[in-house]
Amino acid sequence: MHSSPADIARITADNPTQPNDWTPIMSEIPGDLKFLKSHEWARAEDDGLVRVGISDHAQDQLGDLVYVELPEVGSAVKAGSGAAVVESVKAASDIYSPVSGEVVAVNELLNDKPETINEDAFGEGWIFLVRPSDRAELDELLDANDYEELVENEDH
Amino acid sequence: MTEKTVLNATHRALGARMVDFGGWDMPINYGSQIEEHHAVRRDAGMFDVSHMTVVDLHGARTKDFLRHLLANSIDKLKVQGKALYSCMLDEHGGVIDDLIVYFLGDEFYRLVVNAATRAKDLAWIERQAKAFGVEVKERPEFAMIAVQGPHARAKVLGLLHEVDRPRIEKLGKFAAAAAQGPHGMPLFVARTGYTGEDGFEIMVPAEHAVALWEALAAAGVKPAGLGARDTLRLEAGMNLYGQDMDESVSPWEANLGWTIALDEGRDFIGRKVLEAQKAAGVKRVMVGLVLDEKGVLRHGQKVLTANGEGEILSGSFAPTLDKAVAFARIPAGEPGAIRVDIRGREVPVRLVKYPFVRDGKPCEGI
Repeated sequence: MHSSPADIARITADNPTQPNDWTPIMSEIPGDLKFLKSHEWARAEDDGLVRVGISDHAQDQLGDLVYVELPEVGSAVKAGSGAAVVESVKAASDIYSPVSGEVVAVNELLNDKPETINEDAFGEGWIFLVRPSDRAELDELLDANDYEELVENEDH
Repeated sequence: MTEKTVLNATHRALGARMVDFGGWDMPINYGSQIEEHHAVRRDAGMFDVSHMTVVDLHGARTKDFLRHLLANSIDKLKVQGKALYSCMLDEHGGVIDDLIVYFLGDEFYRLVVNAATRAKDLAWIERQAKAFGVEVKERPEFAMIAVQGPHARAKVLGLLHEVDRPRIEKLGKFAAAAAQGPHGMPLFVARTGYTGEDGFEIMVPAEHAVALWEALAAAGVKPAGLGARDTLRLEAGMNLYGQDMDESVSPWEANLGWTIALDEGRDFIGRKVLEAQKAAGVKRVMVGLVLDEKGVLRHGQKVLTANGEGEILSGSFAPTLDKAVAFARIPAGEPGAIRVDIRGREVPVRLVKYPFVRDGKPCEGI
C-alpha cells in the first residue's frame, strides 16, 4: 500500500473533465515551477533556497490528505529520493526531493491541517524548503509546460 | 471489459472520480470522500450499489437448499420480508462470500452477494442447487441505491406513494417490502445497510434508477462514493469480503461466529470443519485497533504482539474519529503491548472492542 503519486495516477482511472460543486477546479500550473515526473514541484526562491510541494494534479489524484510525515529540519535530502510521506484516506505516497541539499524548514501547518495541500497545493500547501547543494539539478527537472503535457498524457 | 451500472453517466456528470472495482467502473468519490462520509453520519447520503449481484431462488425445496448452503440458519426468518446476514462456506469451512438473504415467499428467497465474487458465487450456488431442484435466477435488470444516514429514511419516505408511507415507515430493521416510488416506479425497499447508520437499500428496475437518483438528490440526499462507503463500514465494524475474510479464513477467525448457527441436525456445507475448529480452539483472532498517534493503519501492515506477528486487514483513517482504526488478525491469547510496523517504525496501537462508531457517534472506549 506504499506508492508514489505517479502510481496513484496510474491506478486511478479517468480524470473528471467537468468541475462541479464538490471538486475544486484544477488550478493553473504556475510558470515558475519545475517538476519531477512523480508530481513533486520545486520553486527556486529569491534567496537561493528551493521550496518543494506536490502538484495540484497529484493532490487531486490522492484525494483527501489526512497525514503528512515531514522531514526533519537539518536532515540531508537527495534528488529523486524519498524525503517525506503524504497519506490520503486511500494510500500513502513517498514524496521525492527534486534537488539534493539540506532541509532548512518544513511546513508545520501541515501537522494540523494536511488538507492545506488539497486546498492550495502550489502555495500554502508547500512541504519543505531545501538549501540546494547543486543548483544544476534544477535544470534537469520538467518545466511547467512539459509537466502539463505529462499530466494530460496520463489522463488519456 | 469493465461493466457499467445504469447510473454511470450520472456519476460522470457529477464529476465523480471513477475506479475499477471488482470489474465495475464505479465512483470512488465525487470530490471529497471525507465530506461524503460526514454527510452520511450527519444527514443522508446515497451510494450506487447496482454492481452487487441479486439472485432469486425459486422452488418447493428452496428453504431446504438454504439450510444446506448457508452457515446462518434460514429458519430464523419467520416473517415474509425479513432478511438475514450469512456466510456461504466451502467444504473446508472457508468463506466463499458473505451475503444477505431475503424471505419473500415459501418457495421464493432473494440473495444479494458481492460484485467481485459474482461468477464464483453463481457457479457454486448453481452447483449446490441442482440436488434441490431450485431455480437460480440472476436479476441484472435491478439497479440498487443505498440511502443511509440519520435523515435517510425520512427523505426516502417523502418520495413514496402516500399509501405506502406508513407501512414503509414501520418497516423493522433487516426487513424489506415493495413500495411505489416517484412516478409509480416499483421499488423493493430494505431497511439494511453497510454504514452503521439507519437507512434503506432500494432495488429499482434499471430503467427507473436515474429518475430515483435524481429525486433523492432533489430531496437533499448527497451522492457518496465507494471510498466513503469503505470508511463508514470500517467504523461500523463490518467486514469486507476479500480483505477481512476469504476462502483461507474460518469465520471463527473473522469475528463472524455470531453468524454461525450450529442448530440441531442441520447439515450445512462446512459445518463439520467448523465444529472441529471450535472444539480445538482457533489459533488466530480478529481484533479492533486504534492508532492514537498520527499516521494511518493500512491493509497488509505487520502487527507485533507478545504471541507473534499478525497483520492489518481493513485499515484506514476514520473521519468520524479523526484518527486511524483497523481490523487485524493476530495470534490468539493475551497479546501484550501491540505495535504496528508503519514503514519500518514500530508504532503503539490500542486493542479495542468494535464497532468504532454507531449511530453517528464514537463508541465507548474508542
